Amino acid sequence: MKDTDKLISSVGNEGGKVRSDCRITLEIKDSGGLVVDLTSKVKSMYGDRMEALTREVLSFFGIPHAHVRIVDSGSLDLVLAARLEAAVKMIRPDETREYLPPLLQENRYPSRRDAFRFSRLYLPGNTPALMLNAGIHKPDGIILDLEDSVAPDKKEEARYLVRNALRQVNFYGAERMVRINPLPAGLGDLAVVIPHNVHMILVPKAEDPADLRLIDETNRKILKEHDREQEVFLMPIIETALGVERAYDLATAVPSVVAMAIGLEDLTADLGVARTAEGTESFYARTRLVNACKAAGIQPIDSVFSDVSDMEGLEANALRSRALGFEGMGCIHPRQIRVIRKAFSPTPEEIEKASRIMEAFREAREKGLGVVALGSKMIDPPVVKRAERIMRLAEETGSLPGKE
Amino acid sequence: MAKEITWTRNAAGRMVPSAINGKPVIPYQGVGKYAPTGHKHGPPIPSCRDYPPDGDKRVASLKEALVKAGLRDGMTLSTHHHFRNGDYLANMIFDIAHELGVKDLRWFPSASFPCHEHLIPYLEDGTIHHIEGSMNGPLGRFASEGKMKGTGVLRSHGGRYQAVQDGEVHIDIAVIGAACADPFGNANGLYGPSATGLLGFALADSQYADKVIVVTDNMVPFPCVPWQIQGNYVDYTVEVDKLGDPEKIISGTTRITRSPDRLYLAELTARFCEVTGIIHEGFSFQTGAGGTSLAVGEYFREIMKEKGIKARFARGGSNKYLVSMLEEGLVEYILDGQTFDLEGVRSMAENPNHVWTSPFTSYNYHGKGNFAGMVDVVILGATEVDVQFNANVVTHSDGYLLHGIGGWQNCLFSKTVILPIPLFRDRIPVVVDEVTTLCGPGELIDVIVTERGIAINPRRKDLIEKVKGSDLPVKSIEQLKEEAEKICGKPRKAAFTDKVIAAIKWVDGTVIDVVRQVRKDEG
Repeated sequence: MKDTDKLISSVGNEGGKVRSDCRITLEIKDSGGLVVDLTSKVKSMYGDRMEALTREVLSFFGIPHAHVRIVDSGSLDLVLAARLEAAVKMIRPDETREYLPPLLQENRYPSRRDAFRFSRLYLPGNTPALMLNAGIHKPDGIILDLEDSVAPDKKEEARYLVRNALRQVNFYGAERMVRINPLPAGLGDLAVVIPHNVHMILVPKAEDPADLRLIDETNRKILKEHDREQEVFLMPIIETALGVERAYDLATAVPSVVAMAIGLEDLTADLGVARTAEGTESFYARTRLVNACKAAGIQPIDSVFSDVSDMEGLEANALRSRALGFEGMGCIHPRQIRVIRKAFSPTPEEIEKASRIMEAFREAREKGLGVVALGSKMIDPPVVKRAERIMRLAEETGSLPGKE
Repeated sequence: MAKEITWTRNAAGRMVPSAINGKPVIPYQGVGKYAPTGHKHGPPIPSCRDYPPDGDKRVASLKEALVKAGLRDGMTLSTHHHFRNGDYLANMIFDIAHELGVKDLRWFPSASFPCHEHLIPYLEDGTIHHIEGSMNGPLGRFASEGKMKGTGVLRSHGGRYQAVQDGEVHIDIAVIGAACADPFGNANGLYGPSATGLLGFALADSQYADKVIVVTDNMVPFPCVPWQIQGNYVDYTVEVDKLGDPEKIISGTTRITRSPDRLYLAELTARFCEVTGIIHEGFSFQTGAGGTSLAVGEYFREIMKEKGIKARFARGGSNKYLVSMLEEGLVEYILDGQTFDLEGVRSMAENPNHVWTSPFTSYNYHGKGNFAGMVDVVILGATEVDVQFNANVVTHSDGYLLHGIGGWQNCLFSKTVILPIPLFRDRIPVVVDEVTTLCGPGELIDVIVTERGIAINPRRKDLIEKVKGSDLPVKSIEQLKEEAEKICGKPRKAAFTDKVIAAIKWVDGTVIDVVRQVRKDEG
């Protein structure tokens, strides 16, 4: 929020339920040096360190005179630094320098085009408390969300928080995803987050393949500028009737699209229908999406299940979703992760059958036979392919017998 | 009387003074090292000829009872925390003392709660000299700022019984609030608007205090049964309108945490108990009433059901979850220290297998044994744990005294002690180099479960062996400490003045540590 004379800004969060965050009011002055006014429960433990960091960040941005008021509720350095940077940039929108905390060694791992994406946990991009422990719940991916979960006047500050989280929060091996805002705002998001080992960008309300091409191009350009050799994957989210009709074009817009998701809240609104647990109203859209993805050779991903207390409903939903051909779902609460993972993992019966098929396949190949048979049944190549996939799934999800 | 105070390093390496509040104290000597001698304390011999032959000991008001009991300067008054944060009684007692102009009282509660913030003016004006009991929240803050006239003394529930029995604390007047009582003084916590289930914390006081007053808001004709407190120990009975705020005395329903991080901790704890075989046929357990502990119980239930295992007994704090395990036959007995919800009260009144206990049966150092050591596994909390597995439950890392010990120290004698704790809370590391205040020696603490790994005390080679080959995330306690510091940064130690504001007693009455006044940041 900008004051009229543009020398005061206020960012971050404070109050009752806010944790691991801080609110900063920065006033840039002409003289008088830096005055830091810190209120914090952890002041006796970290006050010196927080004040030192504040001075460092402001001096980095060349601000010798300012009054900084910090109301802190246990923010880590990465949060405080992000808030300070946002406060500076609210006053000085043309400031292009970035105050970057180190990218932790453990945050440098790569992802894979065909990584499993059963469960991906949404994390509101301006709520640090929910980010810190997200990785311990072992989702396949975490989504730092800059779109719907961030209030319009918080979009800017969320970018720096998400960037610092990408560098400093250990997500313990989860695929690192960011959901950007629809274009053109989304391009600004990319500039801030892409250099920091983002594995995948989620593109909301995807309707136009050209947008995906532009995002892909932008990503490549940013990575090149930062001398990073890496491919950033895309996951468009289809949330409109038009998007559904263009599903295949979106899925094949650029090779970096490796998965495509459906967002049913927005889609049902666009269709003008109520969203039900059975999902009859979105059946066409969902099967259309699955078909488009399979045709394009990418992963179809289902919408989130929004009742976080209904684990049985979630399980039923996930099983239905898998039966339709989806290969994962979004999660809005860590407790959903395990239920979803289990529903999308192969069952013991499936594993058993797949392992027999693979065995028969290997035998046939060793004997130089062109045809694979299991008992009296002929096994077609697609069946082998499916069995292969189930075995890989079983291995990666730890569902193989004898594990655990 | 008050000689020069000298300081010694006790067996835990903590510097402790030779006297507290002018009375000599013994430094902690190690677990099970201190051997008491002599005889137990005895109250004056009463005679039934001095009491109404018809058994009606009622007096018109609490004030009259206190005056008749001889209330005067410097006395020790005891109360009990059965009404928890809904208690009116302790506040009423000191209102009266203040009105009568009585000074320098020692308050000896079994625990205090934030509702007792009401007493701060009496600590300021000298009505109350000091508190010997837990100081939760506002009272702890008051004491930590060095504002209490005397020095606080914190004891475990068992330690309180010990101090009463060996005469370390001589109670002049015990005021026992009871949900149900008769004019003779028989009392229980089972029935009435202020029902709390049991009155175990008042048992020692009824037997050893010089004068005993029973106060109730539910006076029934003789006999009040069962008599958890026996009228034969009671001097006066008083009827009042209300002993407390029922909403705050006991929660209508206890609730399991919904925090995914805490549920994860609870689940990891239960899985540890499964993998190590701690959950086995006929085992016993104790979990607290905190959200995480309740959740541990629920995960125990799942494992027990799946494997067809029954527990011989569970130690309460009872609650609806434990009660349902009793009623489903997963647990044969609940040995209950306090009831945390209305289901607990109902079950205790109805079910003969839901048994009330006291610190005497469960925790007392001067008993010929006690129950604590028979429990297979206990799940406890802590504000800090250090790399020696020492733990703190009373102060926060900023040095403020904010919690009591409760039964925590006593429970450390269980066969396996597990502390599920987050690695850090709002930037404050929980696993640290050295605890701010030592409450429990590391040799009694077996396992620390955090969301980022499980540390097993190297003394427990058996447990280390049992988790080998499992997928449990076992780490060393040093690794956990380093992880906490990596995330939060290394905190500056709390700064204190030289002034001792409270002594922490070990279960045997020796001083294991002291708490000092917090040095306030200037500005």
